[in-house]
Amino acid sequence: MAVDVKAPIQGKTHPVPARTGAGHERNPGMPLTPEMFESHALNRSAAERRTATLAARRSVKKAYQAAWLVNALRCIDLTTLAGDDTAARVRRLCAKARNPLAPHIKEGLGLGDMPLTTGAVCVYPTMVNHAARALEGSGIPVASVATGFPTGLMPLNLRLEEIRYAVAEGADEIDIVITREHVLTANWQALYDEICAMREACGPAHLKAILATGDLQTLRNTYAASMVAMQAGADFIKTSTGKESVNATLPVSLVMIRALRDYGAVTGYRIGFKPAGGMKSAKEALTWQILMKEELGRDWLNPDLFRFGASSMLGDIERQLEHHVTGRYASSSRHAIA
Amino acid sequence: MTTITDILSSMDYGPSPEDSSIALGWLERHSGGFGHFINGAFTKPGKTFTVSNPATGQELAKVTQGTAADVDTAVTAARKAQPKWAALAGHERAKYLYALARHVQQHSRFLAVLESLDNGKPIRESRDIDIPLVARHLYHHAGWAELLEDEFPGAEPIGVCGQVIPWNFPLLMLAWKIAPALAAGNTVVLKPAEYTPLTALAFAEIAVECGLPKGVLNIVTGDGETGAAIVAHDGIDKIAFTGSTEVGRLIRRQTAGSGKSLTLELGGKSPFVVFADADLDAAVEGVVDAIWFNQGQVCCAGARILVAEAVAERFETLLKARMATLRVGDPLDKSTDIGAIVHPVQLDRIRDLVGQGVAQGAVLHQGTAPEGCFYPPTLATGVEPASILATEEIFGPVVTLTPFRTPADALSLANNTRYGLAASIWSENVNLCLDIASKIKAGVIWINCTNVFDAGAGFGGYRESGFGREGGREGMGAYLAHPAPRTKKPEAAPPAPDATPHTGGQAQGIDRTAKLYIAGKQTRPDSGYSYTVQGGKAAVGLAGLGNRKDIRNAVEAANKATGWGKANGHNRAQVLYYLGENLSARAPEFEERLRSFGAGKGAAAEEVATAIRRCFWYAAQADKFDGAVHQTKSAHGTLAMNEPLGVIGIACPLAHPLLGFVSTVLPAISMGNSVVTVPSQAHPLAATDFYQVLETSDVPAGVVNIVTGPRDDLAKTLAQHDEVAGMWYFGTPDGGRMVEAESAGNLKQTWVEDGAARDWTGAEGQGRIFLEHATQVKNIWVPYGE
Repeated sequence: MAVDVKAPIQGKTHPVPARTGAGHERNPGMPLTPEMFESHALNRSAAERRTATLAARRSVKKAYQAAWLVNALRCIDLTTLAGDDTAARVRRLCAKARNPLAPHIKEGLGLGDMPLTTGAVCVYPTMVNHAARALEGSGIPVASVATGFPTGLMPLNLRLEEIRYAVAEGADEIDIVITREHVLTANWQALYDEICAMREACGPAHLKAILATGDLQTLRNTYAASMVAMQAGADFIKTSTGKESVNATLPVSLVMIRALRDYGAVTGYRIGFKPAGGMKSAKEALTWQILMKEELGRDWLNPDLFRFGASSMLGDIERQLEHHVTGRYASSSRHAIA
Repeated sequence: MTTITDILSSMDYGPSPEDSSIALGWLERHSGGFGHFINGAFTKPGKTFTVSNPATGQELAKVTQGTAADVDTAVTAARKAQPKWAALAGHERAKYLYALARHVQQHSRFLAVLESLDNGKPIRESRDIDIPLVARHLYHHAGWAELLEDEFPGAEPIGVCGQVIPWNFPLLMLAWKIAPALAAGNTVVLKPAEYTPLTALAFAEIAVECGLPKGVLNIVTGDGETGAAIVAHDGIDKIAFTGSTEVGRLIRRQTAGSGKSLTLELGGKSPFVVFADADLDAAVEGVVDAIWFNQGQVCCAGARILVAEAVAERFETLLKARMATLRVGDPLDKSTDIGAIVHPVQLDRIRDLVGQGVAQGAVLHQGTAPEGCFYPPTLATGVEPASILATEEIFGPVVTLTPFRTPADALSLANNTRYGLAASIWSENVNLCLDIASKIKAGVIWINCTNVFDAGAGFGGYRESGFGREGGREGMGAYLAHPAPRTKKPEAAPPAPDATPHTGGQAQGIDRTAKLYIAGKQTRPDSGYSYTVQGGKAAVGLAGLGNRKDIRNAVEAANKATGWGKANGHNRAQVLYYLGENLSARAPEFEERLRSFGAGKGAAAEEVATAIRRCFWYAAQADKFDGAVHQTKSAHGTLAMNEPLGVIGIACPLAHPLLGFVSTVLPAISMGNSVVTVPSQAHPLAATDFYQVLETSDVPAGVVNIVTGPRDDLAKTLAQHDEVAGMWYFGTPDGGRMVEAESAGNLKQTWVEDGAARDWTGAEGQGRIFLEHATQVKNIWVPYGE
């Protein structure tokens, strides 16, 4: 491949909250380079086998499990993307993002002084302003979906305008959706140009590219779309909108994180990963973190490189952590809802 | 104390120990030592040896060293129990196997922990792989017991089975051995490996818990001497052995001529072939499953990575990165990938072999391992085909990496081994995968996967990896007998060939010279001698006195006739039909020849007519003796293909000079083998007449080779020949013993019978059993999904 290989930029542990890409140089993108993905072979059976055994190969227990769950919590993009969202609903979500654990649990874990928040709050563009105000001073980034979320089937100029609107409202991160048609017809140039334009529209806000892998179906499409998004300057790649019939799965995630590993090996830039949709349990929070650590290393357990798009997971994590503190199984009715 | 804040910084996994207290409590209760399990009860401990936890070196138990007398007691118990066990309805035996499967599941964690303590394998593997496969095997064979009469009509159990198993998968190998044996109605004397006898003893308790009738399963512990006593015991009808090729060879020699049936599952040095269009990450993970599974102590481990030069550098980079994340250590920790080597003796062997490899120029890339009986995951590069690391089975977490240029190059490297147990092929090109799968000489081929097992598919090797299959229908067949023909009057050794002129006088008409038939040509014997062929009354002619050089030439010709095996069944059928047609045209001539040997008119005509019918029967079978698609795992096609052995040596019986020849040669060639045949020593001229039929029937050169002469001398050369894959011998008991013993060199498959036992003129003279002996099963695993 006629691209210079740069040494990876060393990461470090970050305090929370951390913006995406906080610890390293932002991916500037590169020219569209189809040879980085067009002949890339992927075998679904093997991906399924790897991910099926992954959670059985590693185990975290007791204090370690508690710590891993706390870490998961600070990687959550606490999200509301519903037709009935209101300012009050967003404020409630932001309150939970500021204090994701009940004080006695946090205290019991020995984390009394540690700033502990979720990774971000994620909303629709018209809700960004409410969120930004509610999170003022917390350092918690506001993420906004944009570009005709969830299908993206809107004229490009309107989609770009939507990005600019959200950024103007105060969004720090923009979760864009790609035009699936460009992938399904292998029109990589169109896909690349579109994402480049979105990246430009984002300005200082970080771009998280939602690939909607449930629509793309094949792992080959997933890998190619991941690579094009990164070449176009995405800071993060994200599996799903949460609205497709199949959302985050481990085999798809495996392929995406190997794509970002390969991109990093060629360019030296670190790209973040966000699985979204369908993940609900604390156990899944552990499994996904094991995937990240095993495949990419410890740095991809930080919120600047890893986020969960999974709001209901938070409730289960809080219950498991209370159990760790008290030794009694917990009820969510005793925890504040988002 | 590590705080949560500390962990949040390191994000380490931390310790995650499996609780072993229940298994240790069980061992504590048996701290007085284990006896054998014979006739439904444990004997008092005799002279014991110590069994240790390889991860810690701590003693786990004392186990009795089995004596010849112990083995004899166990065999007696098994013998006594066998008729009643066999007489049970299949459904009754199925109920016992079902109960064993259920109870293994119910005791699954106890067995998994005990296995990891004893063997050193990670708890993840004993818990998620070994024990579930044990239960699966027992369930599957409960099914065979139920269906035996329907699916194997006319089959009988073999009798008492002596089974000797290795230490790498202690309980799983026990299940592989006893499940088909018991399902078929055999009884068992089993010896677990001396390093790892504990789960077998626990299983004996489970058998008691299930109410298995006494004497059906007997377990005798001990070392190799105990195993040898089982192999040598006269009261045992079948030996099944899994272990080293070295010991397999000894067992082959020891059991020669004993009439014991034998299956051997031996070593391997399996290739792991990565083509340029493979999913390289998937293949890297495949290497983890291939050689860093069970510490590499796996007979079918993909130990030789062959990788396309175009992607070799990238592959090596990915592999090294993956190797760095492997965790070596406490087998009972749930986050351990690689546990302890089974015993310090094995660790020394690994170190020694790797040391020799390094001395020969290998470059090592290693992970880390703790002190003690552990060995780090190891990648060896710079390994040439002659290196000890490329040829010897290491049985440790050591894999070699060799680049290749083309698919043909990959294939020759893959097949450049004495072994033929398994192979793994990685490419997204289905044409390429199946092409290579068909050409690699191994019993199990995994495409885009590796070390996948299921009771529904046969497992076993080609070449020096042994013979016989375990699992699936073919595995059941290895524990069933079809009543073999017997005779009251065994074939007597023929008189030695007389290579001096006889006094029988000149026959009428023009003299005919019978030559040898090698590589499609009529050839004079290398010796320059001919021997007298006696007829019914006087000498009727001369035949060439073949010698070992003629055999050498014939095998070389047979080995070159590779196109025959690749031809499709229809093409071979056409040739066989044509043989029948041309034989029919010459029927009177053959009848006359048979009559000259003393056959009556009717008998001679019938023998020729039967030979013609057999041409048609095997022509018909050539495109119908199919394999199967096994039901194994979901989203996997598991193709069981019948493949020819290659070159088969055939020593024909003395009687029925034409039928004895035709009935053995036809099934072999109909399945795609080429043959070197020693026709009836007494009356070889019917066979030498037959080469003119071969010549006029488009049989390709080298497919059938005929060497006349002293049968046992020629058979011995064939049995010893490393290019001969199978040897059929129909002759004297002494000759049969010789053939079995001499076959041990390359562990070729043998089929030995008294030459006078089989009625070659009747139903016994043809059938599927001939085709089964002419083929071996290759199981090709093809996962699918997009």
